[in-house]
Amino acid sequence: MTAGLFHALVGAALFGIGLHGFVVYPHVVRKVLALNVLGSGIFLIAIASAWDPEGGATDPVPQAMVLTGLVVAVSATAFALALACRMAETTGRTALEDDGTA
Amino acid sequence: MERPDLTPWPIVIPLFGALFAFLLPKRASIVALVTQLALAVGVAGLAGQILRSGPTRHSIGGWGAPLGIDLRADGLSVAMLAMTALVASISFFHARASFSPRRRSVWPLWLLLITGLNALYLSGDIFNIYVSFEIIGLAAVALAVSVPKGAALRAGLRYLFVGLLGSFAYLLGVVLLYSGFGTLELASLAATVTQAPVVWVSASVVTAGLCLKTALVPLHSWLPTAHAEAPAPVSALLSALVIKASYYVLLRFHFELWPPAVREASATLLGGLGAAAVLWGSWCALRAARIKMLIAYSTVAQVGYLFLVFPLAADGERTAWGAAVILVLAHALSKSAMFLAAGTILDARGHDRIAELGGLGRQFPVTAFAIGLAGVSLMGLPPSGGFMAKWMLLQASLSRGAWGWTVILAVGGLLAAGYVFRIVSLFFQGGETPNTEGTGTPRCQWPAMLLATLAIGLGFLGTLVLRFLEIAVPA
Repeated sequence: MTAGLFHALVGAALFGIGLHGFVVYPHVVRKVLALNVLGSGIFLIAIASAWDPEGGATDPVPQAMVLTGLVVAVSATAFALALACRMAETTGRTALEDDGTA
Repeated sequence: MERPDLTPWPIVIPLFGALFAFLLPKRASIVALVTQLALAVGVAGLAGQILRSGPTRHSIGGWGAPLGIDLRADGLSVAMLAMTALVASISFFHARASFSPRRRSVWPLWLLLITGLNALYLSGDIFNIYVSFEIIGLAAVALAVSVPKGAALRAGLRYLFVGLLGSFAYLLGVVLLYSGFGTLELASLAATVTQAPVVWVSASVVTAGLCLKTALVPLHSWLPTAHAEAPAPVSALLSALVIKASYYVLLRFHFELWPPAVREASATLLGGLGAAAVLWGSWCALRAARIKMLIAYSTVAQVGYLFLVFPLAADGERTAWGAAVILVLAHALSKSAMFLAAGTILDARGHDRIAELGGLGRQFPVTAFAIGLAGVSLMGLPPSGGFMAKWMLLQASLSRGAWGWTVILAVGGLLAAGYVFRIVSLFFQGGETPNTEGTGTPRCQWPAMLLATLAIGLGFLGTLVLRFLEIAVPA
């Protein structure tokens, strides 16, 4: 198994773990964390694909994609947490369980 | 003198408008108004340009693909730009009248949402589409919670999570495509993509992510509350424009990128889910207790129709493909009219519970008429845009002998008539004393009326739109 393939498999596993956490846990902070784990999995796959063993060089495009993705993930996380705080203050609830009311 | 290339302007104008609206909070709504007018001129200019000289390609900063980012404009993307500019600028007048002047933060977000949508429609690069998705998603959620009540916050947070999950799934697909084929540009990917395992995986995650964002059954459960709890002009944008962005990307990927085997496999699945969406969305709309929930479930049903195009246009048949675009436009116009009309009722009565509304006709004559006209298009009765689209879908299904889809189209129309009449009948019931929760008087009825009239008018202009798509789409 090459290093690139190993990283890609770990990335896929992280994606799966994140998706599982996102679907299963209703607490808002858990969902935010799960999305971040899921995102890290994608970034790991992207970085692993950047290495070209024949040329012995890395391709900068996936790295640029990951950088952009990180910026998005950070701002989306901040926004989600701010909304979650607001929701906790207004409704006193911190979970998005399915109660049919939204 | 050489004419300047207008391709980047539909992105540049609203982006700068958003910045100015943010920097000049006291004049933000004026800035937004001027920006929308300038944008309308810009989009009209771009439409003229591609009519004259065909599809355009613009390399930002002179850096061409593969290193730089290419913008491209063809008939489909300019049609989507025109729809965005039209619906957003008409809804703007309703928004300006209904938002309290203190909510100045709305206007930069409003313009940023338009920026994201326009960037997506002009993007020739699949990673740029991801970035546009995130601009759209963040601006849309921030607008949806701009009146931060408990229910709106919960719905908005769920909307944000779903949007992020959908974008991440899409991003995974983009990463896989790049690792397989070494380019992010849509056109060169389309030329090099083969039927490799990586394409199957990429197609699965991209399609799943986009279906989640478009709220295709069974991934629709976030939509009704997110669209119904937002302020009415924002609901109009979310339902009319935002879900169309992910649908547009799906159209592009499906018809331009995926190899035939992938296309065939996904067409039947998407069509089947679309059929389920037509039935389930209409059924829920028939049972909804509130007008805005009813309209939101109607969006779930109408999204279903959009997915019927995939099996019907499976062998590259243009009738069904054009029908999808007409349906996108017709739904955008009629659904934004519906939500604005619902907003007028909600403002005046203070609630939108169907059981407690009555005697609306005398109080809201223009709104009643607007809902009636928009309903005609949603049901697919002639001479509306909705009729034209559904007629074309019907023709496509009959010519292929695909009776299953024909039945779905017919039943969906009947169910739509059922839920539209639930609202329309409110205007003919008498008696009920208006309660005093709301302002009592109807405000700002004309934007809805204008949008509804345009939805009907699309039925007459449909052939022109089709020719526009036809001329400009690259082979």
